[in-house]
Amino acid sequence: MPVKTQTMKRISIVAEAIIAERLIDDIIRLGASGYTQTAAEGRGSRGVRASEWEGRNAKIETIVRPDVAEKILERLTSHYLKNFAVIAYTHDVEVIRGDKY
Amino acid sequence: MRQGRLSMSALELIQINLFSPVILCFFLGIIATLVKSDLRFPEPLYQALSIYLLLAIGMKGGFAIRASTESGILLALVSGIILSALIPLWAYPILRFMGRFNKADAAAVAAHYGSVSVVTFLAATTFLSAIGVHYEGFFPALVAVMEIPGIIVALLLIGRSREEPTPWFESFYTVLSGKSVFLLIGGLAVGYVSGEQGMTKVEPFLIAPFHGVLCLFLLEMGMLASRRFGDLKRVGKFIITFGVLMPIANAIIGILVGSLIGLSQGGAFILGTLASSASYIAAPATIRLAVPEASPALYLTSSLAITFPFNLTIGIPLYFTIARWLIPA
Repeated sequence: MPVKTQTMKRISIVAEAIIAERLIDDIIRLGASGYTQTAAEGRGSRGVRASEWEGRNAKIETIVRPDVAEKILERLTSHYLKNFAVIAYTHDVEVIRGDKY
Repeated sequence: MRQGRLSMSALELIQINLFSPVILCFFLGIIATLVKSDLRFPEPLYQALSIYLLLAIGMKGGFAIRASTESGILLALVSGIILSALIPLWAYPILRFMGRFNKADAAAVAAHYGSVSVVTFLAATTFLSAIGVHYEGFFPALVAVMEIPGIIVALLLIGRSREEPTPWFESFYTVLSGKSVFLLIGGLAVGYVSGEQGMTKVEPFLIAPFHGVLCLFLLEMGMLASRRFGDLKRVGKFIITFGVLMPIANAIIGILVGSLIGLSQGGAFILGTLASSASYIAAPATIRLAVPEASPALYLTSSLAITFPFNLTIGIPLYFTIARWLIPA
């Protein structure tokens, strides 16, 4: 019997580490049930990080329902994109145990 | 010997300062970046070294306060707080009207100059030990209280004009709970409570290796500062001039305040150095969150790539020379 999967959105956010805590608070408040944070390095259009010696970049990933994904992207646009170094992208992902999210 | 040291010329003072292992390691860090060495500090090591230094300074200060009979600590603390709260008040209009900075950038830079640099403080105390001049033991407490007011005052300066201002108490809390103030004040308390007996126990780990650890830390600071040198071209001549003249002016004011409140020659020199220094740990972290529209390239470059190296190399002997003029030993 094939495993039943469900389509969800995975949001990946790469941001300067200093705002990671705030981002996570927002993500959880908007309805994500969890997240994964990893340290990331790289460069982008803004060049070096303000906080380059206090934790370079953070990559935060979360798998959420499409409506929650929408809310998170809106929040990023309204509160972070202008002044902070942030990029975000989404993927459709197939998950098992879809009710977990 | 001691007498001879006090009569040293300004040139000799500069030499003693520059040739101390701590400052030489700073240069070594600069060279490492310039020659594109693959030398890198792993992030956790940097964190560990800064925790060590902050806790050790705090505890050393706590032991010193407990052991000392010096009075005047309260007066010094109050003066330090007032001094660091006032600095942004004249830095801001200079940046705003002479430098033509926007409000956010002016306040952000002003906050950095109001706050203090722990490493500059350490370089100043290292310098005093090298020339054998005494200073009051309570200074670590002063470093801790002087980190905060400048940042808060600068935030209040722009607070009202912004769409979505961060309440000042939120930033107050950020700085207060941030690792530098937390460890300094925590270390002071631990040192004070445990007293001389406690000091004997931790001396081999926290006191004896202190300068060696400081060398490692400055090696990293040299690399961090020189990575910012590239930004100097971008930020313009005004901020470079500001980054040199502002610390000199603030140092003179600090030394004068120190002499007014009856600090020793060494103490007034340290208060001057604290007033002149610009923060690059507590302030950037707080300002980045509270004033995100301000450009980090401006405030980090001025505090880390201009004022910090200037103070470390020329500022310290210069301020000591001024203190020596004003206050007889």
